Amino acid sequence: MTRTASLRRPLIVAGLVATVLGASLPAYAGKTIDAIKQRGQLVCGVSTGLAGFSAADSQGKWAGLDVDMCRAVAAALLGDGNKVKYVPLTAPQRFTALQSGEIDMLSRNTTLTLTRDASLGLTATVPTYYDGQGFMVSAKSGIKSAKGLKNATVCVQSGTTTEKNMTDFSKANKLNLKPVTFADLAATNAAYFAGRCKAYTTDASGLASIRSKEAKNPKDHVILPELISKEPLGPMVRRGDDEWTAIVKWVIYGLFEAEEYGVTQANVEKMKTETENPAVARLLGKSDDMGKLLGLDKEWMVRAIATTGNYGEIFDRNVGPKTALALNRGYNAQWTQGGLMYGLPAR
Amino acid sequence: MKLNWRSQTGRARLYQVLAVGLVALLVGWLVNNTLVNMEARGIQSGFDFLFQSAGFFIGESPIPYDSDNPYWMAFLVGLLNTVRVAVVGIVLCTLLGTLIGIGRVSNNALARGLCTAYTEAFRNVPVLLQLLMWYILMVEWMPDPETPAHLGEWVYFSKMGLQLAIPTLTDQAPFLAWSLPKWVEGEWQGGLTLTPEFFATTLGLTLYTAAFVAEVVRGGIQSVSRGQREAAMSLSLSTWQTTRLVILPQAMRVIVPPLTNQYLNLTKNSSLAVAIGYPDLVNIATTSLNQTGRAVECIAVIMAVYLFLSLLTSAIMNAYNRKVAIQER
Repeated sequence: MTRTASLRRPLIVAGLVATVLGASLPAYAGKTIDAIKQRGQLVCGVSTGLAGFSAADSQGKWAGLDVDMCRAVAAALLGDGNKVKYVPLTAPQRFTALQSGEIDMLSRNTTLTLTRDASLGLTATVPTYYDGQGFMVSAKSGIKSAKGLKNATVCVQSGTTTEKNMTDFSKANKLNLKPVTFADLAATNAAYFAGRCKAYTTDASGLASIRSKEAKNPKDHVILPELISKEPLGPMVRRGDDEWTAIVKWVIYGLFEAEEYGVTQANVEKMKTETENPAVARLLGKSDDMGKLLGLDKEWMVRAIATTGNYGEIFDRNVGPKTALALNRGYNAQWTQGGLMYGLPAR
Repeated sequence: MKLNWRSQTGRARLYQVLAVGLVALLVGWLVNNTLVNMEARGIQSGFDFLFQSAGFFIGESPIPYDSDNPYWMAFLVGLLNTVRVAVVGIVLCTLLGTLIGIGRVSNNALARGLCTAYTEAFRNVPVLLQLLMWYILMVEWMPDPETPAHLGEWVYFSKMGLQLAIPTLTDQAPFLAWSLPKWVEGEWQGGLTLTPEFFATTLGLTLYTAAFVAEVVRGGIQSVSRGQREAAMSLSLSTWQTTRLVILPQAMRVIVPPLTNQYLNLTKNSSLAVAIGYPDLVNIATTSLNQTGRAVECIAVIMAVYLFLSLLTSAIMNAYNRKVAIQER
């Protein structure tokens, strides 16, 4: 060796790298509410485009059932349902985005399960759509029931609870289903509609959405009647922030109760001053100030309902029988109508 | 070993020891920071999930695999699928790329034009788009599974893929028999099945990487001095004999290191197969990641496996490189 190379530059580089790494430590959001108020905007994680639940139109405006949940929470907390930033996330990204603090709440047709509630540092809030996994086949195949899918190839999108459910169903009924798993929704749809797979499986609401949007002729495809799993879809938040969790949960319960008592987007202002029903009076802040207990003001539900309507209106507008998805209330009806939507009393 | 500050050698060694120590400290701090933060947020970590049963089935697998098998076996199936695509892709892209590279410097204007067009077209389109295009085209154009195109009973071609008859071992004389593909209750049994996903992945990657290999080969051929070609012609060797016996052996020195790069690129690009449904390692790791929530661990496994595959490929190619290196006297 004739001359030792100078180590000054590599050391400076190493120092810079260390500084950058240190500076990019994610600040643990101890108080999500403070962060949202300071930012003036709720950051909501949504899907990359699922018609009826969270999809952007050609102007970039987001709409859907999950989107409406975010808008209601933003209206209750910040006073304006438009103060939301939507972050489209794929299935593999969604939990990491919430864990890291990139988004405040995840409203992305996510099934609430034990693994997700317990082991990811996240908390499930309230199911806003009781769904189930189903199969879609072409009408030409003549298959009328999921039990007739022996040895079938099934197109499935990776990164969801779908694969496990399909395997469980296949084993229980000795169907020997063969999955073809895609990361890309567009490739999954292309493969199914080109005929590569005999069946397509995902949540029944997702099947309706995809059929309405992607099929050349939606009537050529049949969603089989069996629901092979329970898929309660709902928003999730980070664990450890109880005040924020409470706000999200009670806004959703408030929307359920609003439908139960007949408070709609059209009559909420009138009901606010004129209602005789004590439950409604409490909900809308006419008698007691329930909002104060959550850290909000007494018009919190008035603003939420004025922005999105009650749960029934949200359902009908986004996924109801008059929309392209044409889904019935089914399990998502009010408990007074035989469904599962039961708003815990806001008192 | 001297670590003496006074001597230049000693100072050099000292700096190296300090640098290694610094890097080790940095890595240790990163790992510790990650673990501490994950624990603070209640995110469970650890590699114990590898021994839980996977709970999902894999569309194609070279070894017998069932959904009850543990996660590590699912990862192994993914690894084998990746290796399958990588090996076939490397062999095919080398052959194709060499031919096209030679074609680009040939005297024949048509060959030159076609090869140039191929190289420019396939180099400049992102590889993910190419894979998607091949897959969607294939799936649209292949015959329906109910009415496959076939060559007697030996070869069947449909949207379910290519079914080939292969010889298999049997326990009766003559111990070798043809396993013919048969359509039984909606699935193919027997024979060898190559799915459209495997086809699209291999084809897309081969065509894409062959364009790069062609450029590498062209560079290697042009690095050999003109005098060699003239000397070979004066010895009455034909053009093809010149290329094969004189130019290419000397060009190999220049070709092999960048070629190793292209092989590594092909192996890593096979991870894009996750977009078109081929169950490679990344596809299976993504599924596992979503089912268990262990993002850090699954990504670490992916990185470690690709690192291992790349190091193995480089080691093999470096050994070959040493063999073809010109021995200076």
